[in-house]
Amino acid sequence: MTTEHLLKAENLSLGYKERTVIEGLELTVTPGKVTAIVGANACGKSTLLRSMSRLLSPRKGQVLLDGKEVHKTAAKELARTLGLLPQSPIAPEGITVTDLVGRGRHPHQGVFSRWSAQDDAAVASALEATHTVELADRAVDELSGGQRQRVWIAMALAQETDLLLLDEPTTFLDVQHQVEVLDLLTDLNRSRGTTVVMVLHDLNLAARYCDQLIAIADGKVHAAGDPADVLTEDMVRAVFGLDSKVITDPTSGGPLMLPIGRHHMVASAAGELPEHRS
Amino acid sequence: MSTTALRTPDATTLATVTLGRRRRNRRRLVVLSVLSVLIVVMVAVSLMVGRTFYPPMDVLRVIMGQEVQGASFTVGRLRLPRTVMAVLAGACFGLGGVTFQTMLRNPLASPDIIGISTGASTAAAFAIITLGLSGTGVSAFAIGAGLGVAMLVYLLAYKDGVSGIRLILIGIGIAAMMQSATSYVLSTAGQWDLQEALRWLTGSLNGMRWPSVVLVAVIMILFVPLLSVVAKDLNMLQLGDDTASALGVRVDRTRLLVVIAAVGLIAFATSATGPIAFLAFLAGPIAVRLVGPGSSMLLPAALVGALLVLIADFCGQYALGTRFPVGVVTGVLGAPYLIYLIIRTNRTGGAL
Amino acid sequence: MAWFLVCLGILALLVVASIAIGTRTVPVSSILSALGGSDETLDEAVIQVRIPRTVLAIIAGAALAVSGAVFQGVTRNPLADPGILGINMGASLAVVIGLAYFGMSNPNSQIWVAISGAALSAIFVYAVGSLGRGGPTPLKLALAGAATSAALISFVTAVILPRGDIAENVQSWQIGGVGGATFERIWQMLPFIGVGLAICFLSAKSLNSLALGDDVAAGLGEKVAVARGMASLGAVMLAGAATAICGPIGFVGLVVPHLCRLLVGPDHRWLLPFTALTGASLLLAADVVGRIIARPAEIEVGIVTAFIGAPFFIYIVRRQKVRAL
Repeated sequence: MTTEHLLKAENLSLGYKERTVIEGLELTVTPGKVTAIVGANACGKSTLLRSMSRLLSPRKGQVLLDGKEVHKTAAKELARTLGLLPQSPIAPEGITVTDLVGRGRHPHQGVFSRWSAQDDAAVASALEATHTVELADRAVDELSGGQRQRVWIAMALAQETDLLLLDEPTTFLDVQHQVEVLDLLTDLNRSRGTTVVMVLHDLNLAARYCDQLIAIADGKVHAAGDPADVLTEDMVRAVFGLDSKVITDPTSGGPLMLPIGRHHMVASAAGELPEHRS
Repeated sequence: MSTTALRTPDATTLATVTLGRRRRNRRRLVVLSVLSVLIVVMVAVSLMVGRTFYPPMDVLRVIMGQEVQGASFTVGRLRLPRTVMAVLAGACFGLGGVTFQTMLRNPLASPDIIGISTGASTAAAFAIITLGLSGTGVSAFAIGAGLGVAMLVYLLAYKDGVSGIRLILIGIGIAAMMQSATSYVLSTAGQWDLQEALRWLTGSLNGMRWPSVVLVAVIMILFVPLLSVVAKDLNMLQLGDDTASALGVRVDRTRLLVVIAAVGLIAFATSATGPIAFLAFLAGPIAVRLVGPGSSMLLPAALVGALLVLIADFCGQYALGTRFPVGVVTGVLGAPYLIYLIIRTNRTGGAL
Repeated sequence: MAWFLVCLGILALLVVASIAIGTRTVPVSSILSALGGSDETLDEAVIQVRIPRTVLAIIAGAALAVSGAVFQGVTRNPLADPGILGINMGASLAVVIGLAYFGMSNPNSQIWVAISGAALSAIFVYAVGSLGRGGPTPLKLALAGAATSAALISFVTAVILPRGDIAENVQSWQIGGVGGATFERIWQMLPFIGVGLAICFLSAKSLNSLALGDDVAAGLGEKVAVARGMASLGAVMLAGAATAICGPIGFVGLVVPHLCRLLVGPDHRWLLPFTALTGASLLLAADVVGRIIARPAEIEVGIVTAFIGAPFFIYIVRRQKVRAL
């Protein structure tokens, strides 16, 4: 199993130019678990993720990995413990799957060191874990969206980090591929003990696949904890400004959020509409 | 320090990975060897063939420092520095160009197009025509301006970090301004100066002497090692800034080092030969086609650059009736390829 | 409306300045008698040269600016400009080839050749720039234009290098200027400019629809391809005719529409006339400046506009969000 790494944010403030996105945020990622971050558009989910992986310096406060400030850790050293898959990574034209996955070995290599047997093993193991072995010699450009996303995850795996941060790993994917990717990440968490932190769009998928759900609103953590405790009708109203009904998911037993709009409501649901909507 | 328990992969998977990598490595090696052989052949041809033909033994004896009737002057004083410069300048332009193309993830973002060569040209035209300088003076101006323009473009493109796209566009704007400044300087020139300046502006190896060759060689000894130290990081930049930095690359520092090295090579080579048209632009993409994507393109591009200059200069001198400077040949050959490449790049939306 | 009068006033002032100011200072009395048609004294003769020059600057400025505004509208691209898109170089190469290989010295055929060259390179750059994902983004279009220009320049060089005899003649083709203007040449290009302007102004409404995106424009009942083709034809005629007479003048088509959009907003029915007026003023002003700053020599107007325009171009690039590029 992996050593457990503790990632936390203390009094964190982030922003671009005049705009402050995150202010005074406190957050602790449970080691060895899957954490999902949700929130409305432009609430700073991705910004938070970028800052946790050292891509964005905080205005105030700090991000700590095992008590050490992330932004003062050497880039390569951090990259051996913590990996990030950005939202839309760029694949060099014509590169093969194996070569792209091999790029994940960068933090483990010196300036002039040669490619080692250990590097090959890591790449092979990453391909197996993501079920992309049969794609190994294909060019990344030719792959479907779902396949490509698995290859990118393989690259992050070849990095062999104990913490893996992913920014919306399911965007632009069809629903079956979304489930496939999330299943894959869960497998990794279960088998390797990798701590997974991901920003997700879909509340219900987030609630189903994570152990810890974090909802961001107004630059702060609005609620964090077990999905069943966090995903409530009140939370959805406060964070997304949406009326909803939360029921028990018949397939997983977890919470399932059903949005309430202005149309297509059966009488019983409409009856529960709060004053201002009717 | 990573402790993630690696599940040992299947032997067959491992074999697939290892073999695939070996196969690509072999292709790279073969291409590099063929390119090197071709360069040696072209060097030999350029030294032997000309208005008078000298057999290989004469050429070798001249290189060894022996006195040979006639050959000592023609080969030793004229052809040798010219040929050596062709190799060095070709390598410089190839390296500088492919560095920019890799860094900015766009084959069109070569120094020819984003203003660096244009800046050097403007300064050289100014030095030749307005100040009446020649030789070292022109070189000094070209180097200063090349570095200056690169710095200016870099600074102007800076806004929450440097974005590649912004840098390319600002480079184009600066290049347009420089181009018109060059035109103005040319318009004030007399007939003779004009021809001279035009020749320089297209890039030419005419009248190459040892001091310029030595200068470029020294610059290469300085900057090529720097470039090879950051070569791996440079390659990672192809994945985008975020991914690269998540993999432990210090993006801003890498970019700065790489720009310094590439601009240094380009500026000094330009000062010696003039901006050989499209060379910096052509070498990288040709190298990628030959070697296949994935590995570092620095060495292949340097070899391709050297070979291109050797061939183009030879054609320009002897193959076309009138003597054309090397830049006209690369320009006319390069232009269609450039256009083909834009079409291809835009269609696939891809990078290099 | 008030702005319209202000612009008109500025233009009038500039016309006076353009006639009165130059490398040679002339007294008011000579100006008046010269305007009366006299060219007996040297001063009066100087003025007689400045009058067509002023007229040409007005016409060319208006043509280039409107052409830029229309290109920006058609491509929905803030960086579109006849110069940036490589259209000027297309005209240059066509004329250079005509001069070098076909001994073409008749100015009237030059116009045709220049317009065809401009049109060919416009079509080419646009086609290349709009290939692939996202259509003609500013980056793709600008790169296609810059690369095409670079390619064309190297062809121009290859044509003129072995021909010392025409190098001088061609050199004037590399920088735009209005110095050599005569009424005879102005008359030759006037029909093209007139037709081009008419097409552009008639396209104003379609341009407003196109600004919303092709799909929306089609939804509004616009024949997108036809509208775009017509507007582009007008813009190419304007740019080509202006280039045929003046040589390549860059950045007027870039700067002026942006300035005018700040004043009157994005409605092309207002924008285009304004752009024409302001473009005329800008080119006139640039020409006057070029005559003053390097006395006793003159700096061609194309160089002045490049030095005004390039910083402006950079400003626009910096203002844009990276994603929008």
